[in-house]
Amino acid sequence: MSTTFAPSTTKLEKLVGKRLRRREDPRLITGTATYVEDVKLPDMHHAVIVRSPHGAADIRSIDISKAKALPGVVAVFTGADIVGVGTVPCGASLPGLRRPDHHILAQDRVYLVGHPVAVVVATDRYIAADGADLVEVEYDIKQAVTDPEKALAPGAPAVHSQWPDNVAFTFHQNGGDIDAAFAEAEVVVKQRITSQRLVPNAMETRGVVADWKTNDRSLTLYTSTQIPHLARTLLAGMLGIEENRFRLIAPEVGGGFGSKLNVYSEEALTAWVSMKIGKPVKWIESRRENFMVTIHGRGHVDYFEIAAKRDGTILGLKLKLIQDLGAFHQLLTPVIPTLSVLMMPGLYNFRNIQAEVVGTFTNCVPTDAYRGAGRPEATHGIERMVDILAAELGMDPAEIRFKNFVRPDQFPFPTATGLNYDSGDYANTFQKALDTIDYHGLRKQQAEARAAGRLMGIGISTYGEICAMGPSVATPAGGWESATVKFEPSGKVTVLTGTSPHGQGQETSFAQLTADELGVPIDDIVVLHGDTSIVQYGIGTFGSRNTAVGGAALFYALQEIKEKLKKFGAAMLKAEEVELGDGVCLNPKTGESVTVQEIAGAAYRGVVIPPGMDPGMVVTKFWEPANFTYPFGAHIIVSEVDAETGDIEIKRYVAVDDIGNQLNPLLVDGQLHGGAAQGLGQALWEQGVYDDNGQLVTGEFMDYTMPRARMMPWIESSHTCTPSPVNPLGAKGVGEAGTIGSTPAMVNSVVDALSPLGVRHIDMPLTPEKIWKLTNGRNA
Amino acid sequence: MIANPFEYSTPATLAEALGLIADGAKPLSGGMSLIPMMKLRLASPEHLVDIARLPELNYIREENGELHIGAAVTHYDVESAPLLCGKCPLLAETAGHIGDIQVRNRGTLGGSVAHADPAADYPAALQALEAKIVLRSAAGERVVTAAEFFIDTFTTALEPGEIVTEVVVPVEPGLTGTSYQKCLQPASGFAIVGVAARVRRDGANFGAVQVGITGLTGTSYRATAVEQALVGKPATDETIRAAAAHAADGVEANSDLHASADYRTSLAVSYTTRALHSALSRSA
Repeated sequence: MSTTFAPSTTKLEKLVGKRLRRREDPRLITGTATYVEDVKLPDMHHAVIVRSPHGAADIRSIDISKAKALPGVVAVFTGADIVGVGTVPCGASLPGLRRPDHHILAQDRVYLVGHPVAVVVATDRYIAADGADLVEVEYDIKQAVTDPEKALAPGAPAVHSQWPDNVAFTFHQNGGDIDAAFAEAEVVVKQRITSQRLVPNAMETRGVVADWKTNDRSLTLYTSTQIPHLARTLLAGMLGIEENRFRLIAPEVGGGFGSKLNVYSEEALTAWVSMKIGKPVKWIESRRENFMVTIHGRGHVDYFEIAAKRDGTILGLKLKLIQDLGAFHQLLTPVIPTLSVLMMPGLYNFRNIQAEVVGTFTNCVPTDAYRGAGRPEATHGIERMVDILAAELGMDPAEIRFKNFVRPDQFPFPTATGLNYDSGDYANTFQKALDTIDYHGLRKQQAEARAAGRLMGIGISTYGEICAMGPSVATPAGGWESATVKFEPSGKVTVLTGTSPHGQGQETSFAQLTADELGVPIDDIVVLHGDTSIVQYGIGTFGSRNTAVGGAALFYALQEIKEKLKKFGAAMLKAEEVELGDGVCLNPKTGESVTVQEIAGAAYRGVVIPPGMDPGMVVTKFWEPANFTYPFGAHIIVSEVDAETGDIEIKRYVAVDDIGNQLNPLLVDGQLHGGAAQGLGQALWEQGVYDDNGQLVTGEFMDYTMPRARMMPWIESSHTCTPSPVNPLGAKGVGEAGTIGSTPAMVNSVVDALSPLGVRHIDMPLTPEKIWKLTNGRNA
Repeated sequence: MIANPFEYSTPATLAEALGLIADGAKPLSGGMSLIPMMKLRLASPEHLVDIARLPELNYIREENGELHIGAAVTHYDVESAPLLCGKCPLLAETAGHIGDIQVRNRGTLGGSVAHADPAADYPAALQALEAKIVLRSAAGERVVTAAEFFIDTFTTALEPGEIVTEVVVPVEPGLTGTSYQKCLQPASGFAIVGVAARVRRDGANFGAVQVGITGLTGTSYRATAVEQALVGKPATDETIRAAAAHAADGVEANSDLHASADYRTSLAVSYTTRALHSALSRSA
């Protein structure tokens, strides 16, 4: 029997590099995508979690009798019930790391506001919530500590009584000869710089549906995650169930920004409850809970010292980094500040560093990876320090950067922190940004503005980052990625990626790559992800790795399947040498050809199987990168400050980013714009503020200022391109660049505007009141 | 929203609604403040009566030189109704500053006025307009001025069982210039300070001036010291600056995460200056 095809007879347009609109968008913008909340199973029950209202307290008693008596409540569980369930995992392996037991329900003490104390399970969510209100918990309230520097002070309340100094770890990273650098220095500048807590606020909060089938000993878990396979492996361990009977599905995931690069109590708890009651159970996080108990980002207090010569040459950098960890370690909590240390040198050619990280427990929700994860803090620190040094020396901030950049002939460039920068031409990219914005003209305008009494600022950020996480040796659970390319017998192509895109657009960009490589119409290609029973295994989506690692794995899978297509094509054409291109396998001697669709069909029917080959047309490739990639760029922001009110107006924003080759520039724009919005959010508006009792004061959108479209400036975006040698696509990664480049540009701009008043540094967020205090001669 | 259980009524007539409210039901008029509190279970009314759907409260009409606006008119309708844009532009402009478009499509004039949030926008305009607020209960109707109505934070002249049914504002004389200037709290969109100004010229001098201020303290107020410092004085920048300096006279400013008392006070002066400038430029 033969299958009929309608293969394309016209040559297909090449799609890589084209601004294709996302194939994902129609379902997203018409409200027909399936998120966890949309999953509804027969006889599904609902869980609501009773949470601690206190930052620190001993639990004296829990009375669940009234809750259990409420009609519709099926079960109530407390910390005493969860015997045998593993603790929440942390993937960090720092020497001497103190690891508090992080149970999925509190045992005898609560450590933060929102700490899960009990779970009420009912036939509907309203009853479950009513039941949760009826659980009576008696607390013995203790003094909390929420500020990391206060937590380190002698006599501070101990977050965990066994570690009265509140130190979870200290981590040192030294390179070169810091003492010699500071001895040689002609000038030393010092500054305390904070990077405030931020709430990631993905548009979709977290949520879980667990479906345990007792007879099959099998669990299906729908959860809003960035790491479906890793989450399955870790949750299987916590729950003591078999990984091959555990299917984890990340359905549509409405944003993560790192906050879903994790394994949370509620994922294990919902699964465990389903196993206990033998019914499907749903838990959906409220926005209030999302603020309270989903990880936060940043949370640094950094003490910088920079040593330099009078000509602006940077000799060395010292950093003491106090990391607010929160009360527990989530998956990567202790790792994040070490990423900051790695990126401390930025784009600069100095060899001497000394860094100390003090990981500090507080009665707050844990910090962990949030878009940029360590690099925004590092970049903000070094870019502020370079400006402060320039001001001290009376140098132009552009000039001091040119003086210190790593030069193109130095790549691959080994840094003082042990990294190996892959490629770049920093001066070229920076010059393009300066030319775009007419830097010298702007400085003249600024002089005129100042003469007229106006506060105009020009802020420069030349950032570097570490992307494409990463080589396995540097990544706790492996840093490779996987892809399967499968021709269906009909000639249609299915791609399975081990990454877990949730807004990044790889259903589009990977289809573009596949279409070009195989010469098949893009409409014939489907990209699947996020289901452990469909996809081989994968690491997931974080650290700007989808394209540079997952795309590379796909590229190699495509090369391998092309080889197989050629072998089968040659057999079908009875030719020794064939050429494969544009979806056709050609015998150049005879001009005879077969389409790849015909070859795929034949490979399944097994009509012609070349010697040494197996039937079918499926290739799976796991690919390990040899290095990270190091994108870079220059962002420049022109601002003007209203001295009377403290308001900041962004006049211009120029961004030149070098992210290597691009699969789809439209997706790149989206990533940069979204990243810049989040970076400006940190610079200007967002802050996770705790009071001394452990209450998150900015725990609602009424008080936590998320950037809105109307608050965004126009971004004049362009690129230079230095392809990465690390992967065959030459891609570097772009998911976090905007977040990293924008923040210091904004802060440097406002500090520059206020520099005639003697202002050298302002901590974020740059609220109008802080600015007003400075312009009105009060201390900020 | 996972609120506590509650009963919800949509009576067809105002009389029916007032009867339910007399029996203890809570009026719902847009729900832009009440629903978020119910969502967090900070408010748990047992019975809600939706008065925003009453046709009897949804009108805008002109009578005897006054504009009568039903309590159920949405912010968006206040902002965009030709009658208000033409004849009471201050109220329309103020409505356009409330929240975002979703809030303005749902929230109502009467709901906002009755809630009396100290950072709400309308009260500044209603003070400057010397508006009248019509209150009804099952027992009858009475009319109070804005100055009488707004007492303190979430506290008004409403008696138990009473609701706001109407707001009455004057038809603005053609020569008057008006303006609402607001420093918004960037997260919530509420006013850190909002200043509504009405200015008439008297030749080269200021004639009658009314200034209403919201957000600064527990309730909105008429900035009479500012007004007195303007009337009869030359309509100049210097006069405005000097007068606006009195914007917070005798007022104890609120202090919160978003603005300290000192900063709020400074903003009140700045935004009063802006509102007066803008209103003056719009006057003839």
